[in-house]
Amino acid sequence: MNDELLQPLSQAVIDGDPDRARELAARALSAGADPLGAVEQVLSPAMEEVGRLYEEGEYFIPELVMAGEAMKAAMSVLGPEMVAREQVRSAPGVVVIGTVEGDIHEIGKSLVATMLEAAGFVVHDLGVDVPAAAFVSRAREVDADVVGLSALLTTTMRNQQAVIEALEEAGMRGRVRVVIGGAPASPEWAERIGADGYAENAREAVTVVRRLVGVG
Amino acid sequence: MDFLTRLKDGPVLVADGAMGTMLQAAGLPVGTPGEAWVLERPEVVADVHRAYVEAGADLILTCTFGGTRARLSHAGLADRVAEVNRRAVEIAREAAADRAYVAGDIGPLGELLVPLGKRTYEEAVALFAEQAAGLAEAGVDLLYIETMSSLDEVRAAVEGARRVAPDLPLTVTLSFDAKGRTNMGVRPEQAAQVLAELRVDGFGANCGASLEMTEEAVCRMREAAPGVPLIVKPNAGLPRMVEDEVLYDGTPEVMAEYARRFVDLGARVVGGCCGSTPAHIEAIARAVR
Repeated sequence: MNDELLQPLSQAVIDGDPDRARELAARALSAGADPLGAVEQVLSPAMEEVGRLYEEGEYFIPELVMAGEAMKAAMSVLGPEMVAREQVRSAPGVVVIGTVEGDIHEIGKSLVATMLEAAGFVVHDLGVDVPAAAFVSRAREVDADVVGLSALLTTTMRNQQAVIEALEEAGMRGRVRVVIGGAPASPEWAERIGADGYAENAREAVTVVRRLVGVG
Repeated sequence: MDFLTRLKDGPVLVADGAMGTMLQAAGLPVGTPGEAWVLERPEVVADVHRAYVEAGADLILTCTFGGTRARLSHAGLADRVAEVNRRAVEIAREAAADRAYVAGDIGPLGELLVPLGKRTYEEAVALFAEQAAGLAEAGVDLLYIETMSSLDEVRAAVEGARRVAPDLPLTVTLSFDAKGRTNMGVRPEQAAQVLAELRVDGFGANCGASLEMTEEAVCRMREAAPGVPLIVKPNAGLPRMVEDEVLYDGTPEVMAEYARRFVDLGARVVGGCCGSTPAHIEAIARAVR
C-alpha cells in the first residue's frame, strides 16, 4: 500500500476536508491501492481518531460532521471500485438506529450512525420521530443484531422503553440487543428499562455495539 | 420604564422559568410542541404565564421557542407561523398585564447550517425574520434569542430579527453544555466577543448542562465583555429519573443561591430554564431583591 497517499487521506478525514479526501482516494486508487484495504486500514482508523478527539474535548459537533462528510466523500470513490472488484467488507453486525417517537433531534443519532458505518457495521438509519413499531418491523426485516435508540428529551426517553417492550412483544428480544443514548439517558436508565447498553457519545456507541455483537 | 432603561439601570429583572416542562405537567402529550397549545389550549399557556408573574417574574417569554417555520412544520403548523407567534404574544401580554415585560422567544432551528447541514445562511435569516415579524407586529418589548449553540445561527437570528424589527431591543443567550462550551464547540468568551460586536442589548447563558457549567460560562463572558448586561436562565440542575418522574436536582433554594451569585457576577436578568417552576422563580425573586 502506498503510504505517501494513504497517510494524507487519513489526515484529510481527520481534518474534515471532503474535497481533499475524495481527491486523495482517487489518487490512491490510480496508484494501485486496494480499495477495501484503504477503507479498513485508513478510513476506519481515521474515524476512530476523530471519535477520540471528540471524547477528549478537542473536537465538537462541527468537526465530527465534517470528518463524516470527508469519509463519505472518500467512500464515494472507493465504494464503486470495491463493488467492481466484488470486494465485500465483512460487517461485524447489522444495526437499526433512530430517534424515538415524539423526538425530532437528529444530529447525535446521525453522528452515531456515521461512526458505526465507519467501524464497518451495516447501518439502517430510520431517521427521527420513529414509532416503536417501525423499529420492530425494520429490525425483523434486516435481521438486526442491535437496535440503537436516541432520545434527547426527558419526556421522550420513555419511548426508549416503549421500543424495548415492543421488541419483547414481538418475541425478538432474545436475539436483538438494544443500546440507548441521548442527553437525558444514563447507565441507570438503561438498566432500569432493560436496555443492553448505554453510550455517552458516538465513539462509545461503537465500543458498546462491538461488545454487544461479541467483537469488542 | 421602557425595557432597555430597566435592563441597564433599574432593579435586576427576574425572568420566568420553564414553559415546556410546565405544559407537559399539565398534560401536553410527548412529541407535541408547546406552540400547538398556543392555538388549541391558550388558557393553559396563560395559566403558566400567570403563575410566573404571581411568583414575581418581571419578564416572561412567549411560548414560541419552536416558532420558526422550520420547527412548526414538524407539527403540521408550517402555514400558521404568523398566527402562532401573534397569538402567543397576545396570551403573554394579557397574563403580564402591566406587571411584566413580554419577550418574544426565538429558539434554534434544530438544523445544521451549510456546510455542516443543508440549510443555507440566507434561508436561516429568512426563517428567523418571519418569526420575528410575527412577534414584533403583535407588540413584544424585546426579542429574546435563546438556547443557541452555533455562532452562524446566532448571526442569522440577529440579522433576521433586525431585518424586520430594527428598533426592538434584542438579547441572545447560548447553552453551554459540552465541556464548558456549546455543543458546537463555541467558547463563552468567543460568544461574548461576537455578541459584543453584534451590539445586542444583552447576552448570556441559558439551559446548559449544569449550574456550575453555566456559572463558569457567565464568568468568562463577563471577562471578555465587561459591562454588558448579562442574562442567566439555567436549567434547574440535572434531570434524573426517580420512580416514574423526571426530577431536576436544582431545588428552589439551590437556584436562588446561584441567582444571587449570577447577580454578583453582573447578571441583570436571572430566571430558570428546563425543570424550573413558579416555586423556583419565587425563591429567585426573593433572593435577588
